[in-house]
Amino acid sequence: MEHVVLKEFENIMGKRLLTEIDDRMSYGYDGSFGQYIPDCVAQVMSTEEVQRIMEIADWHEIPVCARGASTSLSGGPLPVRGGIVLDFSQWDTKLEIYPDDLIMKVSPGVRTGDIHKLAEAHNLMYPPDPSSSSICTIGGNLAENAGGPRGVKYGVTKDFVIGLEIVTADGKVLRTGGRTVKNVTGYDLTKLIVGSEGTLAVITEATLRLIPKPSDTRTAMIIFEDLYTAGKSISKILTSGVRPSKMEILDHNAINKVEDYAGLGLPREAVAIILVEVDGDPDVLVKELGIVRKALSEIGVENVQVASNKEEEARLWQVRKLVSPAVVSSGYTKISEDATVPLSRIPDMFRKIDEIKKKYNLNIVVFGHAGDGNLHPTINTDMRDPEEVDRVERAVEEIFNYAIELGGTLSGEHGIGTMKKAFLATEMGEEGVAFQQAIKRALDPKNILNPGKIFPEKGEKRLVLRND
Amino acid sequence: MTESLVEKLDYEATFDCVQCGYCLPVCPTYIAFKKEKHSPRGRINLVKLAAEERISIDDMQEGIDLCLGCRACETVCPTNVRYGDILMSAVEVLKENKQMDIVEKAARTSSFKFALKNKRVLGLINRGIYAYQSSGMKKAVKMTGILGKSKKMDQMNRAMPDIILSRRITRNVNPFRRKRLSVGFFEGCIMDAFFANVNRLAVKIMQKNNIQVTNIPGQTCCGALQHHTGESEETLKLAMENIEAYEKYDFDYIVNTIGGCGATLKEYDKLFEPGTGWHERAKKFTGKVRDISQIMAMIDFDFNHEIKKNAVYQPSCHLENVQQVFEAPLDVIHQVPGLNYMEMNEKSLCCGSAGIYNILHFDESMQILDLKMENVKKSKPDLIITSNPGCHIQMKLGVEREGLADEIEVKHIVEIAAEACGVRGN
Ligand SMILES: Cc1cc2nc3c(=O)[nH]c(=O)nc-3n(C[C@H](O)[C@H](O)[C@H](O)COP(=O)(O)OP(=O)(O)OC[C@H]3O[C@@H](n4cnc5c(N)ncnc54)[C@H](O)[C@@H]3O)c2cc1C
Ligand code: SF4
Ligand code: SF4
Repeated sequence: MEHVVLKEFENIMGKRLLTEIDDRMSYGYDGSFGQYIPDCVAQVMSTEEVQRIMEIADWHEIPVCARGASTSLSGGPLPVRGGIVLDFSQWDTKLEIYPDDLIMKVSPGVRTGDIHKLAEAHNLMYPPDPSSSSICTIGGNLAENAGGPRGVKYGVTKDFVIGLEIVTADGKVLRTGGRTVKNVTGYDLTKLIVGSEGTLAVITEATLRLIPKPSDTRTAMIIFEDLYTAGKSISKILTSGVRPSKMEILDHNAINKVEDYAGLGLPREAVAIILVEVDGDPDVLVKELGIVRKALSEIGVENVQVASNKEEEARLWQVRKLVSPAVVSSGYTKISEDATVPLSRIPDMFRKIDEIKKKYNLNIVVFGHAGDGNLHPTINTDMRDPEEVDRVERAVEEIFNYAIELGGTLSGEHGIGTMKKAFLATEMGEEGVAFQQAIKRALDPKNILNPGKIFPEKGEKRLVLRND
Repeated sequence: MTESLVEKLDYEATFDCVQCGYCLPVCPTYIAFKKEKHSPRGRINLVKLAAEERISIDDMQEGIDLCLGCRACETVCPTNVRYGDILMSAVEVLKENKQMDIVEKAARTSSFKFALKNKRVLGLINRGIYAYQSSGMKKAVKMTGILGKSKKMDQMNRAMPDIILSRRITRNVNPFRRKRLSVGFFEGCIMDAFFANVNRLAVKIMQKNNIQVTNIPGQTCCGALQHHTGESEETLKLAMENIEAYEKYDFDYIVNTIGGCGATLKEYDKLFEPGTGWHERAKKFTGKVRDISQIMAMIDFDFNHEIKKNAVYQPSCHLENVQQVFEAPLDVIHQVPGLNYMEMNEKSLCCGSAGIYNILHFDESMQILDLKMENVKKSKPDLIITSNPGCHIQMKLGVEREGLADEIEVKHIVEIAAEACGVRGN
C-alpha cells in the first residue's frame, strides 16, 4: 500500500491504525486455514470512521476486509489480497434493549453471548446460539448468517434481524429495514446483506428481534442400534406435533471419542445418539416428552432416557459440548465441515461418510444439528503431512458432492469464504453464480469488499486447505 | 537456523491451537490492550511464524514480553494447548536473542541470581525492610534492588506488607518421628523475606492441628522467577537441588504458601526428559506438592473467633491455572465465622502482578490492576483475601492507588485462618 494512503487512514484512525508486522500478522488468520498479511488494520469504533475509510479505499481501490472475532471456519475474514482489515471486535459500545418493543440495537462488535445475557435479564431471548457465542461478534453472525442448535425451532440469525445500518463500497451510509417486524417497503435489503460475508457492504449497526424467554427446558437422550432407525426417528419426532428446541446427533465415532476423553458413561456400542430438548411451560414439557416417546415407540424405538433434574440435563449437554475438544488429539488439526442434507437423507449421509472414512483411511467423526440436517463431519489430521492433507482434501470434496447430490447444500451455517468457493457452481449452476455475480458487481463495481471470497477464481475446481 | 528455531521454540505445541478464540475473553492483556497480538491466540501464532521464520524473533518480542504468564488461557482452552510451554520456549529464545536492557539486567542480577538463593542475603533484605517498616526510611527498601529506583515505584513501596523478621521456624523437630500427617514445609525465598509472618502462621496452624511440619535444610529457591524470565539452566539446577533435598525424607506432602512457587514445583517434571531417572524423581516430588489451602481444607478446623468482614477473594493465577486449585481456599473461607464472602466479578482475572511483570512493565501492569480494581469496587468489600505474595503486594498497591487503604484491608488466607482459630504470629 502506498505511503500516502496509509497516511490518509492514519489521519482518520490515529493510534487505532495498526501497521507493525506483528499486528498485521495477527489479523491475517481465522478459525480455518491460512495466514495472510494485510497492509494495515483499522480498529474502527464509529460509523463515521468506517465511512471515511470506505471513501478512501474506493478512491484508491484498496481491498477492505471486515473482521469480527475471526472465529469463521470458512476463511471469511482472511485478507487474501492484502489491503485494510476493519477490526470490529472492539466496537462493542452500543448494546441497547427496548423490552416493550422486543428489540435490541447493537454495534457490530458486540459479542453474541452479551446479547443473550442482556435479553435474559429482561426475561427475553435472542435465539440464535452458535457454539462460539462467548467470543463471536454479532457483525460476524450477520455476515455469515450463523445458526446453532436452536435453529430447529427458532431459525437462524436472519430470522431475528429486522434492520441494519450499512456502509456501501463507495462510502455511503444507509439504513435497511426498520424497527417493525412487518416491513415490505421495497426489496428486502436486510436479508440481502445478511449472509453476504462482508462482500456487499459493511454492517455498522443492527436492530434485532427478541422473543419471550421460555420458562423451562427438558432433555432426553435416545440411543440407537442402527442408523436407519436413527434417521427415521428424526422425521418421526418432528412430525409428532412437538417442536423440539434442540435436536443434536452424535455418531458412533463421536460417542466413543467423547467417552475416551471424558468417561461420562455413554453407551459405546450405540450407533448413534440423539439429544432432544423441548422448552416452554414445565407442565407442557412433560406432556411433550410423552408424545415424543409414544411416536418413537411406534417405530420400535424404546431406549429413551429423560434427564430427571437440571444436573442430569447439564450433563447430557456436556456430551455435545465435549465433542469438539474430544476429536482434537495432540498435534493434529481439526477440519469441521458443515454440509447439510434434507432430513430424510441423514442416514444416507452418515453411511457415505463412513465409507469415505474407510476409503481414505481418515479419522472422521460426525455430529451436528439433526433437526435441520446440518451435519458437522469433522476430520482430525496432521497438517504437516502433505500426503494426508491430500487425502483429506479429496474426502471433503466427496462429502460436498454427495451432499449436493442428495439435494442438500455445501454449507448450512459456516459460510463459503475461501474454503468452498470452488464448489459454488456445482450447487447453484452457472446461471445461479452469474446472477449473484451481477449483484456483487452492481454493489461493489471495483471489487474492493472482501475480494477473493464466495466466487471461484477462473479454473478453480479443487478444495485446497493450504496456502503456504 | 530454521531447524534449530523450530526445535528451540515449542513449534509442535502451536499446532494444537485451532484458533477458536475461546481464550480471548479470559486473557487480561487482551482485555486491557485490545489487540490480537496481546491475546493467547495471537501469541501462539507469532511463535509459530517465528519458528517458520516468516517473522523475525524481534517481531514476536512485544507480544511475548507483555504476556503475564497467568495461564488463564490454558484453563479454558478446549484443545489443551500447552501455552505455558510455548511461552517459556519463546522467552528463552528472546533472551538468547537480545541483550537485556540495563534496567532489567540490574533488577535481575542483583535481586535474583544473588539474593533469592542466598538465605543470608535474604535475611539482610528482610531485616532491611523491617528497618524500613519501623523507621520509615525509604532507603531501606531500595536496598533490596528488587524495587528499582524509578519514581513510579513509590506507590509500590507503600504497598509493601508489614514485615516481621524471618526467623528459623521449626528446624529442630526430628522428621523421622511421625505424627498423623507429616509435611515438608517449602519456605520459598520471597516468601521467607517478605512474608515470614505468613509462613510462621501456616506452620503454627498445621502444628496446632496435629500435623508434623519439618523445615528441611538444603532446600533452595523454587526457580519460578528465573523460569519466567528465561533463565532455565538456573531453574534446572535449583530444581535438582530441591528434589534431592526432599528425597531424604518421607513426607506425605510438600507444602508451600505461595501460588507461584507451588506452580513451579508442581511442574518440575517438565524440566526433565521423560524416561530419565531425573524425570521419575521429579514426578515423585511433584506428586506431593500441595498448597497450604489444600492442607487447611483437610483440617477439621475449630474456628472460634469471628471475623466480621465483607470479603472478596483474589486467587493466585498459578494456584488456579497451573496447580488447578480452585475450591480449597473457598472451603476454608466459607468456614470462617462472621465472614461474609462475596464472589467478585471476573475473580480469576490476573491482577497484573505476575512475578516481576509489575516491575518490568509497570504501566501495563497498572492498566491490568485498574481492571481488577473496577471489579473490586463493585463488590464494596472491606477485606481482600489473597493467596500469593505477589498478588498480595499488588492488591495493596491497588487499594492504595484507589485511595481506599483506610477502607479495605488486604490479608493472606493464612492470616485469616490463623485469626479465626486464634493462632498468633509471635
Ligand atoms: C468453536 C467454534 C464453534 C462454532 N460454532 C458455530 C455454530 O454453532 N454455528 C455457526 O453458525 N457458526 C459457528 N462457528 C463459526 C463462526 O463462529 C461464525 O461464523 C461466526 O458468525 C463468526 O463471527 P466472528 O465475529 O468471529 O466473525 P469473523 O470470523 O471475524 O468474520 C466472519 C465473516 O463476517 C464478516 N464480517 C465480520 N464483521 C462484519 C461487519 N461488521 N460487516 C460486514 N461483514 C462482517 C467477515 O468479513 C467474514 O466474512 C463456530 C466457530 C468456532 C471457532
Ligand atoms: S482456546 Fe486454545 S485452541 Fe482456542 S485459540 Fe485459544 S489457545 Fe488456540
Ligand atoms: S498467560 Fe495470561 S496473559 Fe498470557 S496469553 Fe495466557 S491468559 Fe493472556
